[in-house]
Amino acid sequence: MTDLLTADALAAGYGPVPVLHGVDLSVAPGTIAAVIGANGAGKTTLLRTLSGMLRPTAGRILLDGEDLRGTPVEQLVRRGVAHVPEGRGVIGEFTVEENLRLGALWRRDRADAARALDEVYQLFEPLARRRRHLGHQLSGGERQMLALGRALVSRPRLLLLDEPSLGLAPRVVAQTMALLRQLRDDTGLTVLLVEQNVRSALAVADQGVVMSLGRVALAAPADRLRDDAELRHAYLGF
Amino acid sequence: MDRFLFLTLDGLSRGAVYAAFALALVLIWRAGRIVNFAQGAMAVAAAYVAYSVTAATGSYWLGFVAALIAGLLLGAVVDVAVMRLVDHRSPLNPVIVALGLVLLIHAVLGMVYGNEYLPAQAPFSRTALTVGGLAVLSPYDLFVFAAVGVVGAALVWIFTRTAIGLRMRAAAFAPEVSRLLGVNVSGMLTLGWALASGVGALAGMLVIPTELGLHPHAMDLVFVSAFTAAVVGGLDSPPGAVVGGLGVGLLLSYVSGYAGGDLIPLAVLVLLLAVLLLRPGGLFAPVAARRV
Amino acid sequence: MSATRAPAPPTRSAAANRLRAGRPVPTLLRHLAVAAGAGLLVLAISYQLDSFRNFQLATVAAYLCATAGLTILTGLCGQLSLGHGALMATGAYTLALCQNAFADRGVTAGGVLVLSLGAAVLATVAVGALVGVAAARLRGPYLAGLTLAVAVVVPALTVTFDGVFNGEQGLAVPMAPAPASLGVYFPYERWQLWVVTVATLLCLVVLANLVRSRYGRAFRAVRDDEVAARLAGIHVARTQVIAFVVSAASAGLGGALLAVLAQSVSPGAFGLTLSLFLLMAVVIGGLGRLAGAVWGAVLLVALPDLTHTVTDLFTLSPAAAQRLEGNLPLAIFGCTLIVVMIAAPGGVQGLVSRLAGALPARWRRHRP
Repeated sequence: MTDLLTADALAAGYGPVPVLHGVDLSVAPGTIAAVIGANGAGKTTLLRTLSGMLRPTAGRILLDGEDLRGTPVEQLVRRGVAHVPEGRGVIGEFTVEENLRLGALWRRDRADAARALDEVYQLFEPLARRRRHLGHQLSGGERQMLALGRALVSRPRLLLLDEPSLGLAPRVVAQTMALLRQLRDDTGLTVLLVEQNVRSALAVADQGVVMSLGRVALAAPADRLRDDAELRHAYLGF
Repeated sequence: MDRFLFLTLDGLSRGAVYAAFALALVLIWRAGRIVNFAQGAMAVAAAYVAYSVTAATGSYWLGFVAALIAGLLLGAVVDVAVMRLVDHRSPLNPVIVALGLVLLIHAVLGMVYGNEYLPAQAPFSRTALTVGGLAVLSPYDLFVFAAVGVVGAALVWIFTRTAIGLRMRAAAFAPEVSRLLGVNVSGMLTLGWALASGVGALAGMLVIPTELGLHPHAMDLVFVSAFTAAVVGGLDSPPGAVVGGLGVGLLLSYVSGYAGGDLIPLAVLVLLLAVLLLRPGGLFAPVAARRV
Repeated sequence: MSATRAPAPPTRSAAANRLRAGRPVPTLLRHLAVAAGAGLLVLAISYQLDSFRNFQLATVAAYLCATAGLTILTGLCGQLSLGHGALMATGAYTLALCQNAFADRGVTAGGVLVLSLGAAVLATVAVGALVGVAAARLRGPYLAGLTLAVAVVVPALTVTFDGVFNGEQGLAVPMAPAPASLGVYFPYERWQLWVVTVATLLCLVVLANLVRSRYGRAFRAVRDDEVAARLAGIHVARTQVIAFVVSAASAGLGGALLAVLAQSVSPGAFGLTLSLFLLMAVVIGGLGRLAGAVWGAVLLVALPDLTHTVTDLFTLSPAAAQRLEGNLPLAIFGCTLIVVMIAAPGGVQGLVSRLAGALPARWRRHRP
């Protein structure tokens, strides 16, 4: 089975400052990969480069074996990639409903878009109750739901998630992770997750990718990273 | 009392035009954080197109439609051919480029049409109707209210009820997130410029017959008044622009009626200065102080 | 000026230090020497040129006051002003009113011109302080909008108060003839050039010294980062008001000198277009460089002249020729403004500096 997403010697940075120095990465379809590492390791930069917001200075990104070079950011969602950015990107001035509709606007299949919207409301009960509320009136957990829901209405194959646990109560984090696992099992969704919260990330992930100083230091099955104390010690420091 | 009523209605009619023009400024400000200082010149250019079309066909209405189309196109062209290329990191840059456009548009109009005042035709009589012995509104005033009302309602509908409006607002509020969600942000910005410029062209068509006539500089003072209106309402607020426009229209009408038309420019300047110093975020700004 | 943008390589600044240590020349003296040299140059040139060219050169000098002032404000202190045409009008009208007042009282000595020029500068300082206090509280488009309003409204005031300013007609500016000691046949334009050059050079010396002073450093600090400037103990608002007032005074002097040259003032000469021209001149010259202001002032005079020559090459109907001639400079200015902002935000002087920077270091002249 070919990988859904492959990064091949990917390099990128901000202006003259390089951040990624040749990242190699592959994610098999229907799996969850967790990118972990310290602050400044380049995790968010990796995600931004994968979704085209940053132009790579070298290397390739393959989606389903096709080179993504030259694909504008706004086309990526049409190829089945949904990116929930750092800070979740809920538009505070929009209502819950508007935020969700925005996620499905590009879709031609109006009927299925409406179905997807209903499914999201079923999945996230609190959102259904607060349809008319503005984004900035929501709690952190509700924003998380809204951001995830908005990504899901586009029925993605690949979900890129930047720090979903940030600023959330442990219970909500656990729910989120459980949801990701459920989506993987039920719909075959592929997830690339960037996390500082190593334990919860590795708890759901199939693959762990440890980044350090703009490089992949180690890519290993998540259970090995979780259970092999020596490995964990060497790369994760706990 | 009669005079006060007349001046009030006249001021509202004048204010409706300022409101439309201020709305155009607010549209672009919200879309791209640029105050389009070329808005007046662009509106005049559209009015000259109307002049040519009307002169060729003999129909005011063909000219009117041509002006609106010219306004839309000019807005799109300005964004795609000029504004998109400007480095927006310094807020001075787009302002300076817009002023370059002002010079260029004035020059081209001057070359083609000359720097004399051309007569600008009004489609309806500007003589006030009398109701019970009181001079109230002219048919032209009614036309102004109708035109601005229709455009305002259309904008509200576009931005709150349509998918394209949702995209435009999203692109303005959160460009990066919008791109991730498949919104063509630069396309939305161009559309915003086109819409704003179209509204500006309408305002130009409505105001020029009430002033000295068609001239490359015909909108200079109107621009300043409408900018004042937009600042009064807060550059971020479309309803504020409408209220600000009507307020400025009323004020200028009273000044001109009770103190003399010559004082209008001074009144605009004093009002702008007062608002900027006392309430720079506009009268409808949130209480929290905002850096302008 | 360039030092804040690009730190000088160590070898060069070391050389500069040695130069300074070996030959300590006070800034004021150096600027006075340069001004005296420029004055002598103009004196020599004034005998070589015909009357029309002398007049044009004098016009360049008058514009130079305004563009240099605007360079200080926009380039150095980071405040955009679209109202400098109106400030020039303030200077010009004050001079006209003073000269008329003197003439009405029978005072026709040439020396009163100095008093009138002083009055013109003072009046513009007052107006500049008023606008500057407001401007110091405003940023970005708000400041641009306010100064644009000043540019549009102030010329219109001449009509509002036509009892004083005589409306669209404007005022005549009575001027004393050139001193008799220069001879009966001495061209008046050459005398005008001398007068204007002296005033302009004085203005430039003051501005150049200001740029090098702690005020100049404060201007740049405020432009580059207001918060950092405030933390460094600079009173941001006061600095901005000072910059505005200095800039206004220069513009007022420039306007007054234009009135001296034209011997009349009318609102048409000081409209929005003039304000935009001035802005264009400093942008094209290169924001923040006094040398750029010279380029800008030269362009303001040379370009209309050039388009006049070009339109003469074509056979056009008189009406068409007039339209083209009046508007072609505007079109060129507008296009240049757009192209320069998009392609070379450093302006002409920036390009020159960049070319100079491309030369090997040892060929580079020391830039103070």
